[in-house]
Amino acid sequence: MSAGQPMEVDTLFGDYLLDKAFDEMRAPLGDVRPQYRALAETLAGLPADELQRRKQSADLSFLTQGITFTVYGRDEGTERIFPYDLLPRIVTAAEWERIEQGLIQRITALNHFLRDVYFDAKILNDKVVPRELVYSCKHYRRQMRGLQVPRNVYISVVGSDLLRLNTGEFVVLEDNLRVPSGVSYMLTNRRVMKRTFPQLFHSYGVRPIEHYPQLLLATLRSLAPEGRPEPNIVLLTPGVFNSAYFEHTYLARQMGIDLVEGRDLVTHDNIVYMRTTDGLKRVDVIYRRVDDDYSDPLIFRPDSTLGCGGLFNAYRAGNVTVTNAFGTGLADDKALYAYVPRIIKYYLNEDPILPNVETYLLTDDNQRQHVLANLDKLVVKAVGESGGYGMLIGPASTARQREDFARQIEANPRNYIAQPTLDFSRAPCLIGNHLEPRHVDLRPYILYGDKVNIVPGGLTRVALEKGSLVVNSSQGGGSKDTWVLEQ
Amino acid sequence: MLSRVADSLYWMSRYLERAENTVRQLDVTMSLMLDLGGASAESRWQRLMDSLGKKKGMEWNGDMEALAKNLVFDSLNPASVTYCLNGARENARQVREEISTEQWQRLNRLYHHMHSPHTHNQFQSNMNDALASVIDGIHLFKGVSDTTMIHGQGWQFIRLGRYLERAYATATLLEVYQPSLFSNQPKDDTGYQYLELVGLLRCCTSFEAYCQVYTADLSPDRILEFLLLNRDFPHAIRYTVDGMRDSIDAIQKGGGRRPPDELVAVLGRLNAMLEYTTIGEILASDPAGFLHTIREQCMRIHDYIYGNYVHYSIQSALAS
Repeated sequence: MSAGQPMEVDTLFGDYLLDKAFDEMRAPLGDVRPQYRALAETLAGLPADELQRRKQSADLSFLTQGITFTVYGRDEGTERIFPYDLLPRIVTAAEWERIEQGLIQRITALNHFLRDVYFDAKILNDKVVPRELVYSCKHYRRQMRGLQVPRNVYISVVGSDLLRLNTGEFVVLEDNLRVPSGVSYMLTNRRVMKRTFPQLFHSYGVRPIEHYPQLLLATLRSLAPEGRPEPNIVLLTPGVFNSAYFEHTYLARQMGIDLVEGRDLVTHDNIVYMRTTDGLKRVDVIYRRVDDDYSDPLIFRPDSTLGCGGLFNAYRAGNVTVTNAFGTGLADDKALYAYVPRIIKYYLNEDPILPNVETYLLTDDNQRQHVLANLDKLVVKAVGESGGYGMLIGPASTARQREDFARQIEANPRNYIAQPTLDFSRAPCLIGNHLEPRHVDLRPYILYGDKVNIVPGGLTRVALEKGSLVVNSSQGGGSKDTWVLEQ
Repeated sequence: MLSRVADSLYWMSRYLERAENTVRQLDVTMSLMLDLGGASAESRWQRLMDSLGKKKGMEWNGDMEALAKNLVFDSLNPASVTYCLNGARENARQVREEISTEQWQRLNRLYHHMHSPHTHNQFQSNMNDALASVIDGIHLFKGVSDTTMIHGQGWQFIRLGRYLERAYATATLLEVYQPSLFSNQPKDDTGYQYLELVGLLRCCTSFEAYCQVYTADLSPDRILEFLLLNRDFPHAIRYTVDGMRDSIDAIQKGGGRRPPDELVAVLGRLNAMLEYTTIGEILASDPAGFLHTIREQCMRIHDYIYGNYVHYSIQSALAS
């Protein structure tokens, strides 16, 4: 392919190979799916180097905007741009409607579950969820027992991870109920996309997502303590060394609220204040991007300086709202995940709209034997980890890694679950100057205040390494803009 | 505004001002060396170091080019331009939500510019252009700061940092130059003395402004008068002190908290010193002592700003 020559739609794909995974853009026989046709034609009409030029201009824009994240475990504090793929992932109106309903159902049920577990524990008494699974979860917080949270909302900001299986059906891989991140990439991807393909974007009729910060602010405001009509809302960040620091600053700026660190806060008589140039100012709502463990050294980890001593007591006294609530990690424990369909049925008396991925519990002897015998075919995950850390991908693992995991599983079966290696869907990405399929997931962002709100779309994460199944940004993943169509 | 944020904005601004000052003085020193007459390279370098505040690790070693390169790029030496720009960017990064996107992008671009191999190569081949590009970057940042940021408390802390740093640096510079300015050398007509005086003015970007006020007739006492007592020129110490007073007033008006008496007093005294005195009086008494007092007062202003806005005690704040 020589530079400057228009590519035809056929040659566009070159040696783009379809396999048994669902392809977002192409039907099994290779035809372009209807919603992708206009995109394919536009791409085919562009000179080859034009795509590269647009990609470079998009990359440069991320770099000068400082849209970077920090990678742990390698060079401490290395800043990288989050790789961005130029081609949008397109979700039809019908597909989205189902996703939206499924997520609303799921989040509503999980919130009921948290309320129940921290109050009457009916679901445990009825033996729908095993008691020991809840009380052995390291994210269970006994301090939350009987603690009334505003509007009974525990999880006001959620980012669930969805995959599409080769049947074309979306399934939930995990619910991120603690401090989900990535929403700033969703927003900045859209901005860059509108600049990169303005006409195409316009002609597609894509539903807007730009109002997310406003919705988030309204959600936070709706959770303010009683009698605080003009609440002072802040975003609590662990600080500049956190990998999601860019996002914290971005959201605070978009919402027009102060970005505070633990050292900016003091508590006195169960009231939280922040230190300002005009003296101390009372804080009413804290959108917390710090994990439970690091939030209050008097209650949780005593060696942490990221939070604020006395915060939990002020929270317990009802003088400040902290969201997400403490102890929500319980409901996204990977072992409890297996029970979510039953949790939905129990509280809502409905069948789950979005199914789960099949999950083996390793505390069960039969299931554990099966998993240990089939480690090379399965994915094993540590229940309390996220971000792609603490994971074994069977088919891509070495015998030695499998032995290691088998030993760890035998030592502490509660700490692991196993799932089949999923052939989740792939979408075309611009690799060099041609298209290649890469695995993608979808993380929609759900807000829960006076009601559940989901902006149409979310972050499509891409496993940019060929054949890789790991989409986490910390593991070399990238992202795409996600277009949910008006119709 | 959050005390931590005010602190970061203040330091971001001080670091940028410091970087700009260092670049400008280096540029002037290097170009003075192009002319044959006058002082040796070593004494010029020594003077540059003295007026930058006697930084460590930059002592004369005979290799002018390597020293200049270190002064610009050695990111581990607190005296270097890169160190200051890294500091400014790091502070800006910590208050990313408080500054405008334009400000951040300007500063971020300048940061990447300093770290790009292109800039290093340019420095080898054409030092003038390389230094000018850094100054340009800083000027652009100041420009977008004034046009894209709310002129609220945050902006006032940026101004405070800028003027405090500038007042201190200018006082140091004048203190270093002052003995040679008034030594009783016979006036020469070779032009080297003239070049020295132009150099001093250019260290404060004030050659053209000086000419507008006094014509190109350069004399040491007028230069000292201009850089100390002019009320309209942004690099004159009096102007910067007025600017600090305005900012403290504006911060009070924005928040309602009264600045402490000590801060008001020290600023007022400094202002009176510069307003109700003539250059003749200063020269007749103790010009070095006068400049030294200005530096001391600047340090006290910094301490009071910290004690009042940043590191105040919780007990006192709860009581009020």
